[in-house]
Amino acid sequence: MKQIGRRRGVVIERLFVALCLGAVIVPLGLVLVLLGNVLSDAAQRLDWAFLTSFPSRKAALAGVYPAFVGTLYLGFITAGLALPLGVGAAIYLEEYERRGRLANLIELNIANLAGVPSVIYGLLGLGLFVRVAGMGRSLLSGAATLALLVLPIVIMASREALRTVPLSLREGSYALGATRWQTIRQVVLPMALPGILTGSILAVSRAVGETAPLIIVGALTYVTLLPDGLGSPFTALPIQIFNWVSRPQAEFLLNAAAGIVVLLGTMLALNTTAILLRNRYQKRTY
Amino acid sequence: MAEPRSTAKGTAAEAVALISNAARARTNGPSAPLRERLIEVGLRGCGLLSIFTTASIILVLAIETFAFFREVTLAQFLFDTQWTPLFVDKHFGIWPLVSGTVLTTGIAILVALPFGLLAAIYLSEFAGQGVRRLLKPALEMLAGIPTIVYGYFALVFMTPILQAVIPGLAGFNSLSAGMIMGIMVIPMISSLAEDALYAVPNSVREGAYALGATRLSTIFRVVVPAAVSGIAASVILAVSRAIGETMIVAIAAGQQPRLTLDPRVPVETMTAYIVQVSMGDTPTGTLEYRSIFVVGATLFVMTFTMNFVSQRLTRRYRSAV
Amino acid sequence: MVTAGTSIETERRRMTGSPCPAPGRLRESSVNSDVAATKFRVRRLAAWFGSQKVLHGLDLEISNRRVTAIIGPSGCGKSTFIRCLNRMHELVPSARVGGEVRLDQEDIYGPDVDPVLLRRRVGMVFQKPNPFPSMSIRDNVLAGLRLTHQLDRASADETNERALRSAALWDEVKDRLDEPGGGLSGGQQQRLCIARALAVEPDVLLMDEPCSALDPIATARIEDLIHSLRERYTIVIVTHNMQQAARVSDRTAFLLTGELVEYAPTDRIFTAPADKRTEDYITGKFG
Repeated sequence: MKQIGRRRGVVIERLFVALCLGAVIVPLGLVLVLLGNVLSDAAQRLDWAFLTSFPSRKAALAGVYPAFVGTLYLGFITAGLALPLGVGAAIYLEEYERRGRLANLIELNIANLAGVPSVIYGLLGLGLFVRVAGMGRSLLSGAATLALLVLPIVIMASREALRTVPLSLREGSYALGATRWQTIRQVVLPMALPGILTGSILAVSRAVGETAPLIIVGALTYVTLLPDGLGSPFTALPIQIFNWVSRPQAEFLLNAAAGIVVLLGTMLALNTTAILLRNRYQKRTY
Repeated sequence: MAEPRSTAKGTAAEAVALISNAARARTNGPSAPLRERLIEVGLRGCGLLSIFTTASIILVLAIETFAFFREVTLAQFLFDTQWTPLFVDKHFGIWPLVSGTVLTTGIAILVALPFGLLAAIYLSEFAGQGVRRLLKPALEMLAGIPTIVYGYFALVFMTPILQAVIPGLAGFNSLSAGMIMGIMVIPMISSLAEDALYAVPNSVREGAYALGATRLSTIFRVVVPAAVSGIAASVILAVSRAIGETMIVAIAAGQQPRLTLDPRVPVETMTAYIVQVSMGDTPTGTLEYRSIFVVGATLFVMTFTMNFVSQRLTRRYRSAV
Repeated sequence: MVTAGTSIETERRRMTGSPCPAPGRLRESSVNSDVAATKFRVRRLAAWFGSQKVLHGLDLEISNRRVTAIIGPSGCGKSTFIRCLNRMHELVPSARVGGEVRLDQEDIYGPDVDPVLLRRRVGMVFQKPNPFPSMSIRDNVLAGLRLTHQLDRASADETNERALRSAALWDEVKDRLDEPGGGLSGGQQQRLCIARALAVEPDVLLMDEPCSALDPIATARIEDLIHSLRERYTIVIVTHNMQQAARVSDRTAFLLTGELVEYAPTDRIFTAPADKRTEDYITGKFG
């Protein structure tokens, strides 16, 4: 008769669970420690003067002002381009043409574009916007490139938001004699808006953190003026950080750390807004 | 009956036409106001934009690539072992760049695979619901940190630490860049593999427990094999992401194209080369300008293939389970 | 022959209003079963899901090398009961067990008992067949031994054949042992799961409504299988099909909302139940 008393494997099992938990905690802890180091380095340089100064050959005098402003402009223009186009595409796929070869083709493309590396988008921007469209190395070229980059994200998030609207609401509207667009504009969109906004803000946050496409499209690394129009040269926070990190002098690394804190702070503000928006609107609807 | 097979298809086609006509008649028939038609066209245009984007990428890359190969032969590209388009003595062999990419990616996966897989097993098999809801998004946040920040980590923290441990480690090397890149892609493996493991039905686990298998046996010999295509898909996707990564390697891995597998020396990846040339003053239409598109095209083909394979594997495990 | 017996059974019940044991079935005489040794001694068994109590102090003894059926309406706790016999109930988070269950005089809930080792002696077959998806037929059968590190490579083929023969599946699959287990029909999959359970050589086989997902022909084959297994194994079968209980078991326990209402030799419980609730259930007044 087989014994049913203790066996040795229990200890090994407990060790294994600890190992697996470690696999989760160690990367998180490591990144937290690294972020903490960045914060402490940044504290040495981050002050109001840093935020309002232009770049300089002297590390102690250099600041992120034009880069920060450039990032804000880029964020707004990218949003202005990507949101209407992305939400429009999502509406088309969800409300007009849910099946069929065209819809499949569009979906296939979106799925592929979501996986294309950001450098390729940079090359696309360079070839298409800077050269062929003649927009040059301008704010608009940069924003358009970033808009294409985040478009798949906006589309996918908006589609999810549109899907949460129950079919019965649409049918009720049609039954009252409303046209498709009237239904979309007055019934579907208002209900899907929180989800769409959340997804869009997160997409813009992602765009704000991108570096490579902007470098390729021609963002400057040393600017003395703020951008004064869509066609003017520009810079952005990630570019400025990259420039400082690439300098041989060690003092510039402190600047880079401070720049990183400004960048992460901006992204954190955006993400928090997105989440707060979502929570607030989720409580309202029933 | 005269035509048995086509009848079924014919009926189906009729039914579809009927339903879609009815749906359209309810909302926008052929006599719908002009405004509605215009709006629909506009929205369709938004949808077509994605096709336009893909087509543009392919066109832009292809045009410059063809122009490049009018001056450089395919044999030179594939068989030369040096990449020096910016020097006086120009060589155009792609392999040094590819080896730089492969080396950094390989190191990244060596880091990300064990961590990601063990994390996935923890989240799927051991963690309670509350813990899972907390830790899974926390790991996913790792993927949301901008890569320039990771590049900074690699250069400023990782390299000095590694230099203390490994003698002869250069200031720019593929080891620190690869390791930091690995941390960045852990969430791709952990989240997607966890989805695959979680999708294995509980009845399978119960069957194993009822036979008197231990939890570890069940996990490694029953659950993981059942989820293997989903896990493979997650790894391939992580590889694709690592191959396309730019800033970490541009900052920390170096700008010296070198055909090597030594992780301690500077190398240059395909992506870092593109950035390097873009930073400089390369006039349009020159060979150097075109070379970044050729490298970009190579990169595109590689990542596209991997994403495709990963999608097929994901579809297979979703339908099997 | 088998299907004829089933339909005659149904006709008889319809005509007389009360079930009778099917004729022509070999069964052990109920007189001798009372003196068989006890395999499981259950005392004051209680079970909870969180704060909800689903078993209220069951007392019974399951005889060695006999077939015991557990019947009762949905939700009466039959599945929970047998899952307490191989300590599978406690795998559900927030599940709890109270009382005592002795397997050959050893309390399976004692502090020194490892549930993993217990389950190697008390096997289980589930309602929905669950062959391992990534394994062939042969690997499925040997899975229990492999998973518990008891597989002897040299005799693997022999073990495989023996288990499949015991499960009455050998002839149907002997030419395709390397095909995936999921490619078999429902009834074959269930017999594969039985073969898998038997390969580990347990003393007891618990069966949780093993035929409810199967068609009548497959059901009949499994009932025949239970007959052939009774001599070597103690079998406890949960079923919502009373005719099945009447056909295959020596003793039957009737559970109602977590309580043991009646426990008696099968032919007695179906012809002359002592409790009115048992009679109501058997004659179809509820459940």
